Amino acid sequence: MTKDKTSEKPSPLVSLGKISKHFGEGETRVDALRNVTLDIYPEQVIGLLGPSGSGKSTLLNVIGCILEPSSGRMVLDGETVYDGHWLRSDLRSLRLEKIGFIFQAHNLMPFLSCIDNVAVVLHLAGYNQQAAQKRARELLDYLEVGNRAEAYPASLSGGEAQRVAIARALANKPRIVLADEPTAALDSERAGIVMDLLRKVAIDQQAAIAVVTHDEKIYDRFDHIFNLRDGVLDKAIAGP
Amino acid sequence: MNLAYRDVRHNLGRFVVTCLGLSLLLGVVLAMIGIYRGLVADATELVEAMGGEVWVVEQGTRGPFAESSRIPLDTREAIARIHGVTRTGAVTFQSIETDTGQSKLRLYVIGYEPGQLGGPKYIIAGRGLTGRNFEAVADRRTKLAPGDHIRLGRNNFTIVGITGNAVSSGGEPAIYLSLDDAQKLQFDLSPAAIRRERARGIKPASSTDTVSAVIARIHPNASAKHIAASIERWKHLTAMTQEEQIKILTQSVVEKARKQIGMFTTILILVSAVIIALIIHTMTMDKIREIATLKLIGAPDRVIVGLIVQQSLAMGLIGFGIGGLLINSIREYFPKRLVLQPADGLSLAGVVVVICLLASIYGVYTALKVDPARALAG
Ligand SMILES: Nc1ncnc2c1ncn2[C@@H]1O[C@H](COP(=O)(O)OP(=O)(O)O)[C@@H](O)[C@H]1O
Ligand SMILES: [Mg+2]
Repeated sequence: MTKDKTSEKPSPLVSLGKISKHFGEGETRVDALRNVTLDIYPEQVIGLLGPSGSGKSTLLNVIGCILEPSSGRMVLDGETVYDGHWLRSDLRSLRLEKIGFIFQAHNLMPFLSCIDNVAVVLHLAGYNQQAAQKRARELLDYLEVGNRAEAYPASLSGGEAQRVAIARALANKPRIVLADEPTAALDSERAGIVMDLLRKVAIDQQAAIAVVTHDEKIYDRFDHIFNLRDGVLDKAIAGP
Repeated sequence: MNLAYRDVRHNLGRFVVTCLGLSLLLGVVLAMIGIYRGLVADATELVEAMGGEVWVVEQGTRGPFAESSRIPLDTREAIARIHGVTRTGAVTFQSIETDTGQSKLRLYVIGYEPGQLGGPKYIIAGRGLTGRNFEAVADRRTKLAPGDHIRLGRNNFTIVGITGNAVSSGGEPAIYLSLDDAQKLQFDLSPAAIRRERARGIKPASSTDTVSAVIARIHPNASAKHIAASIERWKHLTAMTQEEQIKILTQSVVEKARKQIGMFTTILILVSAVIIALIIHTMTMDKIREIATLKLIGAPDRVIVGLIVQQSLAMGLIGFGIGGLLINSIREYFPKRLVLQPADGLSLAGVVVVICLLASIYGVYTALKVDPARALAG
């Protein structure tokens, strides 16, 4: 397992400074995140724990530039993207460039074959048809689902679908990978394989990986585990 | 990679059924336009077939089709003497209903003097009229054949020939009789009161010596306008050129039909637009999670708009294409004449493109509003 490399790699890929997020105002106000400060470094795989409603998804959505924070500062891959307000107008191209999402439900396009589900991201990123197909196939092979390249998502098992979804998340070589309960639908063996894969990606791509989980089976796979409670983040359990 | 096409291919059955439904709707729109063109064609066909370059009718009327017109029979000779006039003909027109034994048949009776202008344009089968009584030449759309007998008024007529291009502005197929027979038929069918008066020797306004109109063919160097003008100056008659007659027909006879068909077509197009909008919106709602996912992984709006608009256009144009083929293949079986013009087809295709674009606005609006975070919601 990779050890904490903070001392060797001083610049984090994800850096949150006192990020807060609330929904609604007055009586209905919900403080989903309160002054969250968090750094994630390359090659790190961190876990986010917490009871339902504690703000885990909100935190992931903020890092993924899907939700606008209410206050604070956020730096992704050296670029300050939020400082009281968004500093970038094209958040989608930011996501396309830098961030890979792995969803709890795999969210594959039912009308595209596995290989095209991966290739679609590459097309969006400007790859030509040939290059996109080549890279997509490599990724599916890397994730050991190359044999299902032409299959449609409906015919995949849960584990296969999840690996295709991971291939898609990794297609454009993102430095930041965000996963919301990626192993919830998998048995412990498959969950272990997915975590090994994420670890491999973290090392191979020098990526920072944040995983929301409830899954005690995989706690030992994280470098750090953070606990969220009512929107407050604290480093609860140290990694192995 | 075309997402619109991939999605359609994946849900091909639903897409095809939707296109078929739409094709029926758009086919009906095409048929409505075809019926209208058919009406216009019918309305002017007879005038064109009769070949009168100048039409002379009762003074102050727009006869003989748009309004009734009666002029003395001897008008024909007076017109024939005008300088520049080469041929003339006196004609009567009358709509009647007759029994063929099996079914009722509406006919448009045209009376003319064999040898003069006003007869059938051509003969497909049998022969033309020779002047003998109780003979008739019928348009092929009457479905009569040479040798058939038909009862008109009190007399039995023998069909001696078949012609074409002879149909009233209302679409009734025409039957040609000699002027004599036609005038008698008119008298037989006129109200009892007039017949009684006439039997007593009182000369009524409409005697058997009147005709509906006199038509004239003119010398190639003569001007129909000038001749019509001089007829109006010297005789107490109204005269018009063939073009003016056609204009009156298309305006007055077809105007009402145009409004009705126009209304109906507009309603159908609106219904199509609403249906396309609903289908596109439903298709968008079915894909909302995929659309959210696309946004999440960084697809620009153009990709999402393209997905929806392309499907909408494909649906509309495929539906239109099938509808066109459908109507084209069944037009022979239509009770009314259908005239399908390429220009009408093209403009309807243009309208379809516009309504597809308008119809996708709702779907596009919904899709663009989708929060990418919806893709993450468990
Ligand atoms: N779009 C939203 N509007 C209002 N409240 C929200 C919204 N999203 C999340 N919340 C609230 O924020 C809190 C944190 O939610 P969430 O991040 O989804 O929790 P978790 O993922 O840990 O279960 C909850 O109280 C939730 O009800
Ligand atoms: Mg959650």
